Amino acid sequence: MAELRLMKGNEALAEAAIRAGVDAYFGYPITPQSEVIEHLMAERPEERTGMIVLQAESEVAAINMVYGAASAGKRVMTSSSSPGISLKLEGISYLAGAELPAVIVNVVRGGPGLGTIQPAQSDYYQAVKGGGHGDYKLYVLAPASVQEMADFVPDAFEIAFKYRAPVMILSDGMIGQIMEKVELKDQVERLTDEEITEKYGHWATIGKKGRKERNIITSLYLNPEELEERVNKLVKKYEKMEEEDLRYEMIECEDAEYLIVAYGSSARIAQKAVQLAREKGIKLGLLRPITLFPFPKKQLLKLSDQVKGILSMELNTGQMVDDVRLSVEHKVPVEHYGRSGGIIYTPEEILEVLEKRIIKDGSIRHNKTGEPSLL
Amino acid sequence: MTQEIIIAGFGGQGVLSMGKILAYSGMMQGEEVSWMPSYGPEMRGGTANVTVILSDDRISSPYLKLYDTAIILNQQSLDKFESTIKPGGVLIYDPQGITHHPSRTDIDIYQVEGHKLASEMGNRKVFNMIVLGAFLKIKPIVDLDNVMEGLKRSLPDRYHHLLPLNEDAIRKGMKSVIDYKSENQLMSEQH
Repeated sequence: MAELRLMKGNEALAEAAIRAGVDAYFGYPITPQSEVIEHLMAERPEERTGMIVLQAESEVAAINMVYGAASAGKRVMTSSSSPGISLKLEGISYLAGAELPAVIVNVVRGGPGLGTIQPAQSDYYQAVKGGGHGDYKLYVLAPASVQEMADFVPDAFEIAFKYRAPVMILSDGMIGQIMEKVELKDQVERLTDEEITEKYGHWATIGKKGRKERNIITSLYLNPEELEERVNKLVKKYEKMEEEDLRYEMIECEDAEYLIVAYGSSARIAQKAVQLAREKGIKLGLLRPITLFPFPKKQLLKLSDQVKGILSMELNTGQMVDDVRLSVEHKVPVEHYGRSGGIIYTPEEILEVLEKRIIKDGSIRHNKTGEPSLL
Repeated sequence: MTQEIIIAGFGGQGVLSMGKILAYSGMMQGEEVSWMPSYGPEMRGGTANVTVILSDDRISSPYLKLYDTAIILNQQSLDKFESTIKPGGVLIYDPQGITHHPSRTDIDIYQVEGHKLASEMGNRKVFNMIVLGAFLKIKPIVDLDNVMEGLKRSLPDRYHHLLPLNEDAIRKGMKSVIDYKSENQLMSEQH
């Protein structure tokens, strides 16, 4: 039976990891995500499920421990916040190159550098456009509630093992620190060594055990043809992710004349802005990408035939807006609105910006007939 | 029904825990709840605030510009949040240490002498429960039974012997809240 609790997003994520039958967590504390490791330590999961939780000596150590455990076919997770994720990027690129399943959580804070401990969404590029070196992508899930912080953990592992690829949960300080009601799933048993051998024995480094060929985990391919083949294999995975595992949510889009695109915590604020707009008679809808890669390109393109303008809102200076613009192929005006430094916009602020920059100015600049609109 | 509440004061006054107990109480009553703290590098003596929302529906933005109710525990918070209360909304504050009292006339203002009453009860830590009681008297959005259930859930077992003391404090707050007319209101009545 599902259990109802009041938890912080970080705690819910940690608890969900234990319940999802995760084998190991390696991490290093940093605000605003420290409750993840705090909850894991307090819960003593080694007694509950045998899950290993270790505070590594650094973020770099933690991600390389993830590489090791993932190589053995184990379900392994790490988490950090922005500066810590920057430190992990080398390891993340290696995970992608070596085709290893793992879940990396970023509870984003404002940057660059040490920045602030307050919430931000300024790591969109880092998460979606690589971050680390080389031709790779991460499957990126963006939770917008404490419930999703919990639910996305098993979802992320499912994707990670389906594609043998690292998956990122891109949260932020708001979703990490907020407390909400959360329905926790029942405990899933961890896989036994026999089950791991049966399921992942064809690639995982779990001992040769009578097989002819050794399994090798590596991202080093000095033969150009071999590396190109590997890179093309990765591309196929990403194409398949786009076809099969895109996730998004549409709110009040059926009759929308204007559209907000927002993810994670911003989507929550946007939802209230939609409600305020509807009260004023403005037909506003919200497209919320749940996965940031894959991105709901086709859905946006389709909506661009229907709406007069799009506001892309993010807690940064304009990153996702690039993907929104590429998706709609300049059919409608797209504007970015963001705050940074850990400052969070209010729903009223968003509505004001929408009315001025999209409804008023946008219709004048971009009217398809060439005549200024009287809106 | 949606109630959007800001609780603000000094760190160490029990601001965050008051919010947490309110959120737990709402959950016990089957409401949707959210508890969003300001989690800056606050410490005892610094300022702390938390936004608590209770609603029948899914809660959208946990971050707001205007609130239905502000529960204010120090001067800095009063200065900062008095203007963020919706017209017709409620302001509850502890007058201890307040030199510039609220001046709005389009909201309902109440006082509760939480600090003084807590000292009289011989336990200054129940201060926040007295203020919570005052709030529940003015806005009975959760039953006392659910508040007690919420307290039980949010306090570790080792503190459960303090539950009756906390209940007394809530009841004391309920009895002690007084209607406060701002100086502007009094002036306009005199005219």
